Amino acid sequence: MVEKFDCIVVGAGMSGNAAAYILAKRGLSVLQLERGEYSGSKNVQGAIMYADMLEAIIPDFREDAPLERHLIEQRFWMMNGAAHTGMHYRSDAFNEAKPNRYTILRSQFDKWFSRKVREAGALVLTETTALELIFDAYGACVGVRTDREGGIVHADVVVLAEGVNGLLGSRAGLRAPPKPDHVALAVKEMHFLPAETIESRFNVHGDEGVVIEAVGTISGGMTGMGFVYTNKECLSVGIGCLVSDFARSGQTPHGLLEAFKAHPSIKPLIEGSEVKEYAAHLIPEGGYKAVPQLCGDGWVVVGDAAQLNNAIHREGSNLAMTSGRFAAEAIFQIKSRREKMTKDNLSRYPKALHDSFVMKDLRKYRDMPALLHTNSRNFFLTYPELVAKAMENFLRVDGTPKRETEAKIFSAFRKARGFTGLFGDAFKLARAWR
Amino acid sequence: MSDTPAPAAPAPARAAMKKELPERFKAYRNVWVIVELERGQVHPVSWELMGEGRKLADKLGVELAAVVVGAPGAGTREAIAEGFVYGADLAYLVENPILAEYRNEPYTKTLTDLVDTHKPEILLLGATNLGRDLAGSVATTLLTGLTADCTELAVAADKSLAATRPTFGGSLLCTIYTLNTRPQMATVRPRVMPTPTRQEGRTGRVVEHPIDLKEESIVTKVLSFLPDRASHKSNLAFADVVVAGGLGLQGAENLQLVRALADVLGGEWGCSRPCVQKGWAPAERQIGQTGKTIRPKLYIAAGISGAIQHRVGVEGADLIVAINTDRNAPILDFAHFAVATDAIRFLPALTEAFRARVSAHTSDRLAG
Amino acid sequence: MHFVVCIKQVPDSAQIRVHPVTNTIMRQGVPTIINPYDLFALETALRLRDEQGGEVTVLTMGPPSAEDALRKALTFGADRAVLLTDRFFAGSDTLATSYALAQAIRKIGETWGAPDIVFAGKQTIDGDTAQVGPGIARRLGLNQLTYISKIAGLDPAAGTIDLERRAEGGTQVLRSALPCLVTMLEGSAEIRRGAFADALRAARAEIATWSAAAAGVDDLQKCGLRGSPTVVKRVFAPTPRAEKAKAIEPKPRAKETAEDLIAALFEAKPALAADLERLAAGL
Repeated sequence: MVEKFDCIVVGAGMSGNAAAYILAKRGLSVLQLERGEYSGSKNVQGAIMYADMLEAIIPDFREDAPLERHLIEQRFWMMNGAAHTGMHYRSDAFNEAKPNRYTILRSQFDKWFSRKVREAGALVLTETTALELIFDAYGACVGVRTDREGGIVHADVVVLAEGVNGLLGSRAGLRAPPKPDHVALAVKEMHFLPAETIESRFNVHGDEGVVIEAVGTISGGMTGMGFVYTNKECLSVGIGCLVSDFARSGQTPHGLLEAFKAHPSIKPLIEGSEVKEYAAHLIPEGGYKAVPQLCGDGWVVVGDAAQLNNAIHREGSNLAMTSGRFAAEAIFQIKSRREKMTKDNLSRYPKALHDSFVMKDLRKYRDMPALLHTNSRNFFLTYPELVAKAMENFLRVDGTPKRETEAKIFSAFRKARGFTGLFGDAFKLARAWR
Repeated sequence: MSDTPAPAAPAPARAAMKKELPERFKAYRNVWVIVELERGQVHPVSWELMGEGRKLADKLGVELAAVVVGAPGAGTREAIAEGFVYGADLAYLVENPILAEYRNEPYTKTLTDLVDTHKPEILLLGATNLGRDLAGSVATTLLTGLTADCTELAVAADKSLAATRPTFGGSLLCTIYTLNTRPQMATVRPRVMPTPTRQEGRTGRVVEHPIDLKEESIVTKVLSFLPDRASHKSNLAFADVVVAGGLGLQGAENLQLVRALADVLGGEWGCSRPCVQKGWAPAERQIGQTGKTIRPKLYIAAGISGAIQHRVGVEGADLIVAINTDRNAPILDFAHFAVATDAIRFLPALTEAFRARVSAHTSDRLAG
Repeated sequence: MHFVVCIKQVPDSAQIRVHPVTNTIMRQGVPTIINPYDLFALETALRLRDEQGGEVTVLTMGPPSAEDALRKALTFGADRAVLLTDRFFAGSDTLATSYALAQAIRKIGETWGAPDIVFAGKQTIDGDTAQVGPGIARRLGLNQLTYISKIAGLDPAAGTIDLERRAEGGTQVLRSALPCLVTMLEGSAEIRRGAFADALRAARAEIATWSAAAAGVDDLQKCGLRGSPTVVKRVFAPTPRAEKAKAIEPKPRAKETAEDLIAALFEAKPALAADLERLAAGL
C-alpha cells in the first residue's frame, strides 16, 4: 500500500520549511523529506534573517525563535591589501519593537522552524533522501522514490525545496543543473568571543548587531564578497566567489578566507577568538536569467533550487521563504477548489513571485551577474586599488597642494581605465543597477 | 547575642554534602585491592592498584589487603604471595570450585559477603571487562558510590577518598567523593598507574573466608573458553615506543605513515578516539582514556590535538613529541617536544631520518 | 518476547571536524546522537524480535529533548518508546540513574509485559563508566551478562540464552537464563537502515513521556543528587606542566627538521638511542 499525501516537500531548509509549515497549518497532509540528520544540518548561511518575510509566515516568531542580534549598523567596505574604504550606516531607528533584520545561527534556527513545522502537523522524515521523482503516463509528477526500503510515496504535488545542488529536479529534466558561473562557493568560520568583547569591539549594547560586507582585492580578482556578522557570542566570518572563477584561477576558498582574516582591518576584530566551526556551501548567483521553469504538472520548485537569490543585496533566505509561501498558498488554493495540480493551475505561484519583490528585484539586477563577472578584474582589483590609493592621497597631509593631489588622483583613474573605460564602467553599472 | 543577619538557606545539594558519615560506616577500615585472577594469571592492573593502594593505606595509617578469589589450586596461593611482594599487609582468600571461571553472580555474592564481614573503607578494582562487570553490581548491591576510570586517587583532609577522572567529554578533570556510604569504590584502567617496585621476601597474613555457594543456584554456566589467537593482539599497553595519529592526518590512508615510523622504531602504532569513530582504525588501536593507556619511553603523536581523554592515556610516557601545525593545541601543554609542521609531510622524513640514525649506530656496533 | 533497550542521548564527539588549514578540532554546534554502543544493543534486540516474534521497547532517561533520540530509535523499527523525564532526576549519578531506570522498566513490564531481555550498550561515550547496566540488573534481579560480542542462541521455551562474552585473552561461551540484562560490545551488529514505513511510523508515533511519579519512581530520596552517593566536588583544567614543550622549528627541508628533532631527543634522553637500536634489532 503506497501512502499518499496532499503534498511532499523535498528539503527542510528555509523554503521547504516555509512551504511545509503553511500547508500543514492549512490542514493539508504534508510529508517533508530531509536528507540530513536534522533540518539545518546541510544548511550554511552567514546568516542574516529578514523579519518581514518571516512575519508573513509566523507572525509571532520573536516569542521563541532563536535570534542572535538585531542589526542596527551596516558597513560596506571596499578593500585592498592594507586598507578599506567604507560607508557605514547606523541608526537607532533599527532599535525598534519589531526589528527588521537579525543575525541567526542556521543550525539552531532551522531546528526551531522544523519544530514549528512538526507542531503544525507535517510529518518530517530526516536522513531520508528523495532519489527520483515518479511520473504518471501523462508526464505529471505523482510522487517520489526515497532511499529507504519500501520508500515510494505519492502526492498530489511535490515541492522541490532541494537546495542549490539538489539533483531531483535536474535528474528528471525539469531544469538544468546549475552552471559553474551561476554558483558561488562560500566558506565561513564561527569565531567565538565573549559577548562583552563583541559589544565593545563593535560599539553596540545588549542585542544590537553589526554587519560588515566587503569587496575588493580580498577576492583575488574574482567576483566575490567577504563578510563579518556579529552573533551573540561569536562572529561569522566568511568569503565566497564563483565556482568557475575558483576553477580558473586555482585559488582556494580557505586561502582567500585566511588572507581575509589576516587583513589589518579584519584581524583586530577577531583577535583572541576561538574558531569552533568551519563550513562551506554553494550559493546560487545566476540571478534572473538563471531562474528555471518554476512549475509543471504536479511539481513546483522553490528557494535556492530555483536560483532565487539576490546576490547584490545578499538576500536569499527571504526570497526562499517567500517562494515557499507563495507556492504553498497556490497549492492550497487549488486544493480548496478541488482542482488538479496542473502546470496552469500551479502557475499562480510564479505569477505571485513575479508580482512581488522577489522577481521584481531579480529582474532589476538581471544584468549584474554577467557584468561583474566579465569585469571582475576591474571591479575587484583595479577599482579597489584606485580607490584605496585615492583615499590615501586625499587623507595624507604632506605639504602637497590640494589641487596637485586631486590631479594625481584623477590621473591615476584615467591611466588605469581611460576615459572611455571609466564612463563605460559607470554607465554599465548604472544600467545594470536600474 | 549580636544581631547577625540570618544566613541564606544552603542549597539542597550543599546540605546533602554536609551530612555526617552514618554511624555504621565509621568502623570501616582498610584499603582493599581486588586481585583479578583468571585461569591462573593475575592481570597486571591488580599490581598497579596495589601500588596506589599502598600509598593510600600509608596516608590513612591503615592496612592494605589483597583480595584473591578463585578455585583451590588455580593460582590463588601464588597470587597472594605476589600481593605481599607488591605491598599488601594481608590477604583475604576465598576459595571455592564454583569460582573457577568468572561469573557475575558468585563473584558479586562473594565480594559483597566479604565487604559486609570485614568492612573496608576503600575498594579498588581494575577497569577491565571483569572489573567493570563486578564493580557495577557490587556497588549497586552495597548501595555505595563507584567512580570509574580514575586517573588519580588521593586522601582528602577528612580521610575520605578523592577520586579524579576526566569529565565534560574529556576536556576537564573532576574530583569525586563518596560522602555518606562505605566502601568508597573506584576502578582504574590498566597502565594508568605505574607498576610498584617488588619487595622480594615480603609476606603478610592470610585471612580465609568461607563462602557458601551452590552451583545449582547459579544460573549462568560457562560452557567453554575460546582463547584469542596471538597474532591478533597489539602490545600497545607495554610497548616502549608508540607512534600515533589523529584527525590531523586528514584521512585513514595516512595512518600508514604512522605505521611505517612505528616499524622503523620497533614500536607499536595507535590512534586517537575520533579516528576509531570514523572507522580509520580498529578499536584496539585506540589510545586514550577509553582506549589503551600507554607508558612508553618515546611517544610520537602526529596530528593529535591532545584533549584530556587522550592526555590521560599517554601522560606516563617518558618523552612525548607532538607533531601539530596548531601552535595552540592542548597537546603542547604536556608534550616535551613540539614540531609545528604538517605531519603528512614530516612523518616520512622522520622515518627516514630515524632509519638512517638507528641503522648507522647498529652497523657501527656490529662493525666495532 | 519482549525486549527493552536502554539508550542515552549524548553529544556526538565523532562529528567533530578538523579545520582544513589550522588542523584544529571544531567542537561547536556538535549535535546530539544516540550513544553509538546502544545502537549495537538495539540492532541485536531488533534481530531477535524479527527471529522470535515479539516487541522492542526503547527507554531513555533524560531532558525533554531526549525525545529526538527515541524517535530516531523508532525509525530503526522499534515498536514503542518511553521517555523518562523529570527535574527530580537532575544530578543523578549512576546509582540514582539505575534506580530510576529499573523502576521504569518495572512499569514497562506491568504495562506491556515483563521483558525477557533488557539490553544496554557497553558504556556511554560521555560518561564511560559502564555502571548503569549492572546497576539495573542488580535492582531487577536479572542475570547480568556484560561485554557480550554475540548472542549465539535463544530458547524461549526453555528460557535459556547462549552468549559469547569477551574476557581477558579470549571469549567465554556462556549459557544463562531469561530474564537477563545484556550489554553489547561495539561491532557486534551494525544498525540497520529503517524501512520507509518505520520512518513514517516513527514520525507519527506518540512517545510515552513519564514523570517520576508516572514511572513508579516513588522514592525520590533515591533520585537526583540526593540519591547519588558520589558527588563531584571540583571541576578543573589539568595544570599545565611548568615547562612548555620545546619547539623544534621546522626548516625548509623536512629532513633537517627531522634530524634536529632526533638530536634533541637523544640529548634529552641519551639512553633512548640504545633503546631504539635494541628495538630495531628486534631484541
